[in-house]
Amino acid sequence: MTSTKPGMRRVAMVGAGMVPFGEHFDKGWDELVQRAFLAAVGSVDKGLDRREIEAGFIGACRPGLHGQQTQGGVSLSGTIGLLGMPASRIENGCPTGSETVRIGAMAVASRWHDLVLVVGYEKMRDATVEGLLGIALEGHPIHNRGETALNHFAPQARAHMETYGTTAEQMALVSVKNHANGSHDPYAHHKKPVTLDEVMASPLICDPLRLLDCCPQTDGAAAVLLAGEEVVDRYTDNPVWLWGAGNGTDTYWMHEKETLTSFPATKLAAERAYAMAGVGPTDIEMVELHDCFTIMEIISSEDLGLTEPGKGGQLVESGDTMIGGRLPINPSGGLLSKGHPLGASGVAQIVEIFWQLRGDVAAQDAARQVEFRRGLALQHNAGGKAISNSVVTIWGQDKP
Amino acid sequence: MSDVGPTRPAPVVTEDSAVFWDAARAGRLVAQRCRSCGRLHHPPRPMCPACHSIELEAHELSGNGTVYSYALLHYPQNPAFTYPVVAALVDLDEGVRMLSNLVGVEPERVAIGMEVEVTFEPTKDDGVVPLFRPRGQRS
Repeated sequence: MTSTKPGMRRVAMVGAGMVPFGEHFDKGWDELVQRAFLAAVGSVDKGLDRREIEAGFIGACRPGLHGQQTQGGVSLSGTIGLLGMPASRIENGCPTGSETVRIGAMAVASRWHDLVLVVGYEKMRDATVEGLLGIALEGHPIHNRGETALNHFAPQARAHMETYGTTAEQMALVSVKNHANGSHDPYAHHKKPVTLDEVMASPLICDPLRLLDCCPQTDGAAAVLLAGEEVVDRYTDNPVWLWGAGNGTDTYWMHEKETLTSFPATKLAAERAYAMAGVGPTDIEMVELHDCFTIMEIISSEDLGLTEPGKGGQLVESGDTMIGGRLPINPSGGLLSKGHPLGASGVAQIVEIFWQLRGDVAAQDAARQVEFRRGLALQHNAGGKAISNSVVTIWGQDKP
Repeated sequence: MSDVGPTRPAPVVTEDSAVFWDAARAGRLVAQRCRSCGRLHHPPRPMCPACHSIELEAHELSGNGTVYSYALLHYPQNPAFTYPVVAALVDLDEGVRMLSNLVGVEPERVAIGMEVEVTFEPTKDDGVVPLFRPRGQRS
């Protein structure tokens, strides 16, 4: 039984879609947003009059950094031809996309709106590495020098290896598994499987992390439609219900973290999502989690309660997290293979859950379809200096 | 190459951080201490994040600490540095943690728990940055 506050109502996803992730040099960000919107609208089983969409939220993390202007909510309402619709732009670091879904869901659960559109996008390939490094400053007088995301995750990896005996091979197996999954995902950026030897022989970028321990820079957009429980039937007989959602925060600064072998923000977000959903980790049958780097899947699987602290490396080694295993993790290919266009990533994880729980994946590539018994899936998206903000959502085939 | 001078970029000194950088130029390592709750903080800031006091002072540190974790930076590269750069989180003996670089050590010999001490390196534009090196090593 889920735990909601008095007056809140159930929220369901009645449509979802995305553009294939990859390099979209030939398209503007607005075209990506439009295509994701059209894909979501087109997925609504009983059809949808676009004018029924009452409000929209668009997630974009750092469009300014990647050379595009930010226009706030009109980057959604104006772009998709619903000018006049209430619209806001949400930014929340790497979990921008799923935070935008969480906020859209709050607008529906509160009965403020009956039907809400959420779109996430990021166009990251337009900017050069030199340009990104030049801007990759936090405006902070001490911590402002040419850092990359790896500078935050590599010390975490090192600490996890030292504390728990996690190995480079275990991290590499995450990359092997997720690239194998991505080879069955027509929406993935990198569809080529990789071998353990290839990962281990790839260049060191930030020791102990190698090139194939890292997700790519990707362009993409994804969209979902959220409806209040009274109107769900208008749109579909096969909705995907939101069971729980949580957000947690932790210090932004590496040196202030209480631990490098766990992410307190993820633990908080998971605790809140599980409490709202009234379920625990053993009820979950499929997970899309934030594997921006291989070590992230290992640590996050522990923080989400899917295994014990320190056992994340053994979990991937066991094969349990492959498609067909006990608990498939990142059947979409994850960020490692599918790509990580910041504002789009979390929304796309939720799109994958929509397809998986409805059985839609079989039509794309049957090898990627996960089998469900209870029909519960968990999504996790995190970011901000490893990790200052984390979002967890739990979705189900049945109404909670 | 002494005619070239230091290549490391100079620190950006602000109202809050000046206490740290000025001390570094004088060869001292300091952290901010809250006069109200006594906690040490780094980097310096206008308000104690633990108790919200604005009564803050500079507290001199021994400069001795141990490596909490580290990373060896290979790519991308900035011409100001020699790679791999050793980025390390150093737990100072007084109980505050700093992010810095380790120098004077082969990257493959860096280890979690290694005992280190502060050393000061000049930067462009007459700045000085505190770095760390294995303890007891002659400069």
